[in-house]
Amino acid sequence: MQASNVKFRLGKSYGFQILTYVLAFACVVPLIAILFFIIRAGVTKINWHFLVNIPKPVGETGGGIANALVGSILIILVASVIAIPIGILAGVYLSENRKSRLAYWCRLSTDILQGVPSIVIGIVAYFWLVKPFGKFSALSGSAALAIMMLPIVIRSTEETLKLLPDTLKEAALALGMPFHRVIFKVIIPVGISGILSGVMLSIARITGETAPLLFTAFGNPYLSTNLTQPMQSLPLLIFNYATSPYNEWHDLAWGASLILLLWVLFLNIFTKIVTRKWKVQL
Amino acid sequence: MESTVIKSRNFNASFGSNHVVKNVNIDIPRNHVIAVMGPSGCGKTTYLRCINRMHELIPGATCEGEMKLNEEDVYQMHPIFVRLKIGMVFQRPNPFPNLSIYDNVIAGYKLNGIKLPKAERDRIVEHSLTRVALWNEVKDSLNKKGSFLSGGQQQRLCIARAVAMEPEVLLFDEPTSALDPISTSTVEELFHELKVNYTLIIVTHNMQQAARVSDKTAFFFLGELVEYDDTKIMFTNPKDNRTQNYITGRFS
Repeated sequence: MQASNVKFRLGKSYGFQILTYVLAFACVVPLIAILFFIIRAGVTKINWHFLVNIPKPVGETGGGIANALVGSILIILVASVIAIPIGILAGVYLSENRKSRLAYWCRLSTDILQGVPSIVIGIVAYFWLVKPFGKFSALSGSAALAIMMLPIVIRSTEETLKLLPDTLKEAALALGMPFHRVIFKVIIPVGISGILSGVMLSIARITGETAPLLFTAFGNPYLSTNLTQPMQSLPLLIFNYATSPYNEWHDLAWGASLILLLWVLFLNIFTKIVTRKWKVQL
Repeated sequence: MESTVIKSRNFNASFGSNHVVKNVNIDIPRNHVIAVMGPSGCGKTTYLRCINRMHELIPGATCEGEMKLNEEDVYQMHPIFVRLKIGMVFQRPNPFPNLSIYDNVIAGYKLNGIKLPKAERDRIVEHSLTRVALWNEVKDSLNKKGSFLSGGQQQRLCIARAVAMEPEVLLFDEPTSALDPISTSTVEELFHELKVNYTLIIVTHNMQQAARVSDKTAFFFLGELVEYDDTKIMFTNPKDNRTQNYITGRFS
């Protein structure tokens, strides 16, 4: 083979390597850009006052997002309480009964559920939970978000437990353990890091959901902790205030965006740490 | 006469339409080591798993016939009680990776929700680990995870876990096939110690091991129990041609 030919091929290979570097870097750019933009716009708005006060009426300066912060936390907490136990147990069922007919349909419906647009879930929650009771409520918002969490929790639980060796379950059964103890004392504890990471990712996923809350939790300019009443949440506040014509409200929306972003960022980093720390070495 | 612990009559086991254990009749005497040998796929592991009702956990698995533990039909008892009385050690060491060495030994109590005073737990752990000759090696690291031990130590830990429940019978499913020769000999020595208190049934496809460790040997071939006799007789003067062929290595 000619020396120049080899040189050309090496050059091509080198060029291709550089291309992969550049494209990998390009994937980081959007996140950095978003972070930079939101931090620049939001960081000056955030202070202690901003976190503990509710929005002021138009025309007054100051005011904060305490109602949205408390509302978001409450709505997500209730959604988690609904979705996590159901999701984990359904995931256990799927990993234990891989071939049953019910497992097939359950898997299919979680896959489809994962793809259902969030606004559609919001409308359904509106017709099932808001209309019959005649009022918007935080609970209906939590229910809508819980439906969005379910597929992620179910599938991550199933995928985690499927990877555990069967010998582990046999070891427990051979000691005379009843099935529920095998699940709660052995299978779930050994797979806990994978299950938790699914749970945290599902929380991160619903934290920013606006559409399902539009006609369920609805929003509330005041601080409310009553789950049967309309409640404010961060994405709702951003949606409403960012589209308003008032500069003070735009500032609140920027600050709230930054808080929301930090929240999701923190959840993702926390997930990585927990997954590593709680990983059970098989 | 020695008393019989396990008694099978006309025992059959299948996976769906695949008939793997055919009409087995066997009496297993108390405080003996019984080796079950035979070529791969002869049904020896399946038979073993029928004794403590682990076989039925596999979807599509069925069995019929009589299987008695001390004159009580195993298939009339609740599987949980059967498995408390008949312990099992598996082919690959499978300590609970989320538990410490201490908790692994006590797992049968702890995970079953049986509350014991601390002194009693300590006694069981020390006693069980001593029985399997592991106490001196791990007594300073009882709080470490069981999965940090070597393969041979893990297997002895699994035996300790089974012994801790004080069962009557211990089933071993090719317990040394995943171990190195030195760990294998350590485990084999244990068998002699353990038969003082328990009845041991060991599935192996290693004939030398069967000859070394057992009092009686059963030879399975194509799902049938071909021959069952004192190990010495089996290896010197087998009655059946197929046993003769197997132990002389004409097929395996």
